[in-house]
Amino acid sequence: MTLLKLEQLYKQVVLEHAQNPHNQGQLVMPTAQIRLKNPTCGDVIELQVMIENKIITNIKFTGHGCTISQASASMLTNTVKGLEIKTAQKVITNFLAKISGQVITQADNQQLKDAAVLSSIAQFPTRIKCATLAWHGLAEILENEGK
Amino acid sequence: MDNSKKTVNVRQDFAILATQMNQQPLIYLDNAATTQKPQQVIEAIMAYYNTANANVHRGTYTLANNATNQYEQARTTVAKFIQATAEEIIFTRSTTESLNWIAKSYESKLQTGDEIVLTVAEHHSNIVPWQQLAQKTGAVLRFIKLDQTGKVSLTDAQQKITNKTKIVTFAYVSNVLGMRAPILELIKLAHAKNAITVIDGAQAMAHFPIDVMQLDIDFLAFSGHKMYGPTGIGVLYGKKALLEDMEPLQFGGEMIDEVTQDTATWQKIPWKFEAGTPNIAGAIGLAAAIDYLKKIGWQKIISHEQALMQATFKNLKTIPNLIIYGSQVPEDHYGVISFNLADLHPHDIATGLDLAGIAIRAGQHCAQPLMDYLHVLATLRISTSIYNQSSEVRKVAKILKELEAFFKS
Ligand SMILES: Cc1ncc(COP(=O)(O)O)c(C=O)c1O
Repeated sequence: MTLLKLEQLYKQVVLEHAQNPHNQGQLVMPTAQIRLKNPTCGDVIELQVMIENKIITNIKFTGHGCTISQASASMLTNTVKGLEIKTAQKVITNFLAKISGQVITQADNQQLKDAAVLSSIAQFPTRIKCATLAWHGLAEILENEGK
Repeated sequence: MDNSKKTVNVRQDFAILATQMNQQPLIYLDNAATTQKPQQVIEAIMAYYNTANANVHRGTYTLANNATNQYEQARTTVAKFIQATAEEIIFTRSTTESLNWIAKSYESKLQTGDEIVLTVAEHHSNIVPWQQLAQKTGAVLRFIKLDQTGKVSLTDAQQKITNKTKIVTFAYVSNVLGMRAPILELIKLAHAKNAITVIDGAQAMAHFPIDVMQLDIDFLAFSGHKMYGPTGIGVLYGKKALLEDMEPLQFGGEMIDEVTQDTATWQKIPWKFEAGTPNIAGAIGLAAAIDYLKKIGWQKIISHEQALMQATFKNLKTIPNLIIYGSQVPEDHYGVISFNLADLHPHDIATGLDLAGIAIRAGQHCAQPLMDYLHVLATLRISTSIYNQSSEVRKVAKILKELEAFFKS
């Protein structure tokens, strides 16, 4: 019963991303970076991006944290790599809407790629912070870049 | 009430224990964060509002006089609880506020080069106020280390407490390790250097009696909500002479003696510190919590909690990859035990426990310096109380095993 519910949150894709995170590491010459911290649990994520001609050409992260925060950071990097700043901003908005329980269009959902499965977090409000940490961080970077 | 020697059964006093969390019977093991409140406390607060509510120290009418009497009676109850006198008891909002007040009031008493000694095991609320005091006065913070077993090291304390030391402050019981500081020895070391002692009693009050006279404590801070009382009420105990020497930190009604257009004089202690309308119902609720503890009796509380801690250890020790921090002896733990399970993140485990109806804490427990010192990023923490029972910790151990298997598969 308990484990069944747990499986809804920790879907296979989530566990895979956490165990073998994509784009983990550091960029040689990032154009922007941010350090994020969740003070209640101590999770830390450092996000580095390479932005050229308003396109996210590369993105990597380091840090430590729970399964959800690591998987979510890994998914984020996959989802936004190669996107234009404006598109990435929209994707982030859609992601945040989806995991707070709102319905988004099929097309928007597809654009989220693996990250779409994190919508199950909507049922686990105590973990939303973990799932959104990296996304909020990128949003902050992009806002500064867009200025 | 169950009269068997080892344990008490007070569960019927706590309505919340009969509720469910995530469709499972609630197992509440986050008592170091805040305890649940017994019916006796809730009823005392209700009775006050239903029958005696008025502002204190103001009205000339009988109702106001009753309210004042109840509020001051609560002060006396708190005073007796720690063997102090009523005038030495100031009602605050919480441990945090009490500690801030002391730190603030020493801004005019410290100078560059003075030292404030604490331990590496402090809660943020017993670190940050002292950091601020140090920044404002040029004083320096010095941290006493822990020994191998997690005990505050007296050898190191002897090195750190010197003629420069003006304040020695520490948690009587650590909210992460659950271990008791060697309070008598530390206070003696402090007093030998004419330093004052500030004790953070937040995690101690619910677990064993404290005698401020016998321990020769200068200041003691604690919260009602961690000892079966309501939130929003705390206590600052100070020795009479020290309180008289302190300036008020807030100004307004209740605390004044005489006011002219340009000047004012203060009331005597403790009232000179209590500006404005205080948390009357909170004080009455706290007194009811103290009466409740007294009615059960320390002997029973202590033997119940010790038996429970032994059961907790026994059950956790059946899990091979589980590491307990601090002492490995159950008797050294006062209601708190921190641990990690293999290399699994505490938050993931806590979510799994939550789904099983089990409330325990995961994270840094407002003690980042201690986490650094232990070289851990975060821990899980079980904290017990008089209403917990061994069947509950048995279930925790069972679920922990299931979770380990789930995350490792
Ligand atoms: C050791 C210790 N000190 C201080 C505090 C702060 O207590 P409060 O939040 O009631 O002010 C706590 C509470 O977690 C604590 O455990």
